[in-house]
Amino acid sequence: MLDSASLWPPVVLTLKLAAASTVLLLIVGTPIAWWLARTSVRWKEVVAAVVALPLVLPPTVLGFYLLLALGPGGPGGWIAGLTGARTLAFTFEGILAGSVVYSMPFVVQPIRNSFEAVGGRPLEVAATLGASPWDAFWTVAIPLARPGIVSGAVLGFAHTIGEFGVVLMIGGNIPGETKVLSIAIFEYVETLQWARAHALAGGMLVFSFAVILLMMVHLKRSERRIP
Amino acid sequence: MTTGRRGSHLAATVLLTVGLLAAGPASATEVRVACAANFRDAAEEIGSAFGTATGHAVTFSFGSTGQLFAQIAFGAPFDAFLAADRARAAKAVDEGLAVAGSQFTYAFGRIALFSADTGLVHGPEVLTAPRFSKLAVAEPSVAPYGQAAVEAMRELGVLGLVSDRVVRGLSVAQAYQFVRSGNAELGFVALSQIAYHAEGSRWIVPTRLHRAIRQDAVLLVRGAGNDAAKAFLAFLAGGEVLEILAKYGYGRGE
Repeated sequence: MLDSASLWPPVVLTLKLAAASTVLLLIVGTPIAWWLARTSVRWKEVVAAVVALPLVLPPTVLGFYLLLALGPGGPGGWIAGLTGARTLAFTFEGILAGSVVYSMPFVVQPIRNSFEAVGGRPLEVAATLGASPWDAFWTVAIPLARPGIVSGAVLGFAHTIGEFGVVLMIGGNIPGETKVLSIAIFEYVETLQWARAHALAGGMLVFSFAVILLMMVHLKRSERRIP
Repeated sequence: MTTGRRGSHLAATVLLTVGLLAAGPASATEVRVACAANFRDAAEEIGSAFGTATGHAVTFSFGSTGQLFAQIAFGAPFDAFLAADRARAAKAVDEGLAVAGSQFTYAFGRIALFSADTGLVHGPEVLTAPRFSKLAVAEPSVAPYGQAAVEAMRELGVLGLVSDRVVRGLSVAQAYQFVRSGNAELGFVALSQIAYHAEGSRWIVPTRLHRAIRQDAVLLVRGAGNDAAKAFLAFLAGGEVLEILAKYGYGRGE
């Protein structure tokens, strides 16, 4: 009854989505976190609030606006138009864009906290020793902020694995392209195939527990390392 | 003094709450119905007509049929179950969750090919034209309306032609959303979703192109002793609701 042939593709796709999201999140999120930690402009908390919005908004709200934004009337439709397509919805790129928005606060917040904990002092020292700001960022700030970056990456990855509402709204349930783990579970519950739902849901439970446990152990260790 | 007054307020609130909680489920005039989401608008109007006719109150919980089924299986306090198909109503009877012999078809659904573009759909020909890039259909394994759409496309001989342009919503509501938001130019939707407005363009699919979409209701074991629940199902099966059914794009026969 439990043929792995139908269970695996959503798992593989989900891992692919989470990995790609994490890479993008680190590329986009780290500069935002750095700016939020270092700048003294007054309206920076407005930017921080925008980044944090997905924490409070229901995924259906995000998904609904993403559906409009990715469609022919929005910027996503314009980008899709460059390749002759009509919409970015129902594509891997579309759900990737959704995931990046949705998981952003989970990445930016820990990295920002780390940068703030590092403070300005080590960078000033680096500058007096003749390091350029770019050099100091890579050789001083990033290594010192490592625990936060690792936390952010793990949380972003795990949060994307668990994503449901946004993909549900913009995915179109296409096998191998947008039919992720949580959608597959939904479909199995819906069609009363509870054994298959159990197989995927149980795996997800174990995975999530392992991630959170590893995170906590990692954080405890890095706390101890700081004098 | 103030503390005392506050204390008595609190006591009154607690008593009132406990009273309401105790009175709620025990009251035989309340009917709790788990209802497939596609039937929402019709159900609410039928519920209020039933309330006017009998004085009983109906509370609906809307959701997807599979999720409602799962909730019922784990003891959700519903008296009746209005499923989106026959299979899952029958399964409720098989599993001892519903009263044997209580199953009946309360509505026949219709599907329509719909576009938000007013000039696009005149008939099934649009499916063979290369004039669209995405066709939204409800997931056939989950949604009876999606199943009917696939059958109709097979009957029309266009299933292979459009298959790489099909995007699937997990419910017929979602298929409609995809079309309404313009992400798909075309979609098979439930007639109930577009019956009350005249926007866009549409082709109502003849019922001979697909097996009937029968939505069945059952009396749940929990509601077996609730006369109001039985009265509601009788009302739903009766002639008084025909006009409401038609208004929302449903029928009583094929």
